[in-house]
Amino acid sequence: MKAALTAFVAIALIAFGANLVLQNLGFSAEDVASGPSVRLGD
Amino acid sequence: MSVFRYVTVIVLALSLIGLRPGGASAQEETDMIAPETEAIMARPSTGGAQTLEDILARQRGEEVDDRFRRIVTGDADSAASIAAQLGTLGGASDPDLWRAMRYGSANITATTSGPAATVLMQDGGMWWLEFREGPLQKYGAYLLGGTVALLALFFLLKGRIRIDGEKTGRKIERFNAIERFGHWLLAGSFLVLGATGLISLFGRTYLIPVFGHEAFSDLAILSKWVHNNVSWAFMLGLVMVFVMWVFHNLPDRTDVNWLLKGGGLLIKGHPPARKFNAGQKLIFWSVIVLGASIAVSGLSLLFPFELPMFAVTFEKLNAIGLPQAVGLGTLPEMMTPHEEMQYAQLWHSIVSFVLIAVIFAHIYIGSVGMEGAFDAMGNGEVELQWAHEHHSLWVEELEAKNADALKSATPAE
Repeated sequence: MKAALTAFVAIALIAFGANLVLQNLGFSAEDVASGPSVRLGD
Repeated sequence: MSVFRYVTVIVLALSLIGLRPGGASAQEETDMIAPETEAIMARPSTGGAQTLEDILARQRGEEVDDRFRRIVTGDADSAASIAAQLGTLGGASDPDLWRAMRYGSANITATTSGPAATVLMQDGGMWWLEFREGPLQKYGAYLLGGTVALLALFFLLKGRIRIDGEKTGRKIERFNAIERFGHWLLAGSFLVLGATGLISLFGRTYLIPVFGHEAFSDLAILSKWVHNNVSWAFMLGLVMVFVMWVFHNLPDRTDVNWLLKGGGLLIKGHPPARKFNAGQKLIFWSVIVLGASIAVSGLSLLFPFELPMFAVTFEKLNAIGLPQAVGLGTLPEMMTPHEEMQYAQLWHSIVSFVLIAVIFAHIYIGSVGMEGAFDAMGNGEVELQWAHEHHSLWVEELEAKNADALKSATPAE
């Protein structure tokens, strides 16, 4: 089951990695659908 | 005045009317009717506003020709001067402006970017909402529940498919570590995506009443994060599995024989098969085709409004006449960015339901349904007798190629 466990760890790593990369590339909903004149959050 | 003079005057008057410079033809006169006038002509009883019949028809979900309202969005040419009363409205009353926004013809500038930013109102959402909360959930649940029930019935009737012959105690490698990694990358991510997708679809209806709004909100936000980000592992797994196994899953003559014998269910004994039998090939191509469709519609949802694909697809389908042939009529070829997303969401869900049902069957046969099957993806090595029974041609090919592939029995991990 080593391959399966490695794959499950890879899924988690890919998920966090994808989120990090997409956030940094400006693909967050805030970056895409908002502008500097819009205040989001607090 | 004589009768002759009367006639002359009338003829002259008629001539002048008929010959006036720039006189419009009957057709042009129709075209020149102001939108307000046209609306009044279309709905005289309400002075151009929609009637009770219009509203009721719309509520019944019937198609209402709303051109009479659509076009009444003001007239800049007849606007009062800027200094005059109401002049600043530019010839359009407030209702005219709202109508322009309502029907997407207003000239809107937004501080935010993106194709959807300037669509302030879109009325294509109710049927989607109702379909999503109604038939989609209902028939999706029937499909998944029905599949589980059928598998349970099959198990009760047929029991576990055992290894017929005597076990040899020898193992043969069926899938190497990379193949198993690819499979579990796809399988693991699919299970997570399936669970979080079902939470997103059914949560509002079934989980909020149980957990309350606050708790469900946290769950929904977490589900969305997981669903969005785990999707990449699924896509990678899909590509890996396709590349690794497509060659072994090309249809061949053995598949016909295998299918005719119902994979061994309709006969005594086992029909010969290569590395993958026809049943596994059906699973493989279902995963590839449905999985790719889910991935593409998912990408469209991941990057909202950036990858619209339904209007262009509908245009092509309409051109070949397929929707008309199956009674769906002409599909919409012009839609707002939001409607594109609504179609993407529905398609994504429907195809996912079908693939989940297929995968239920795959999980069943790969675990409780068949003795010795799980080892193939567990530690990668299967009992030689199992391989002979279910994949006889594959074992023969392997034995011919490499006698060393067989090795001594090792205890299962």
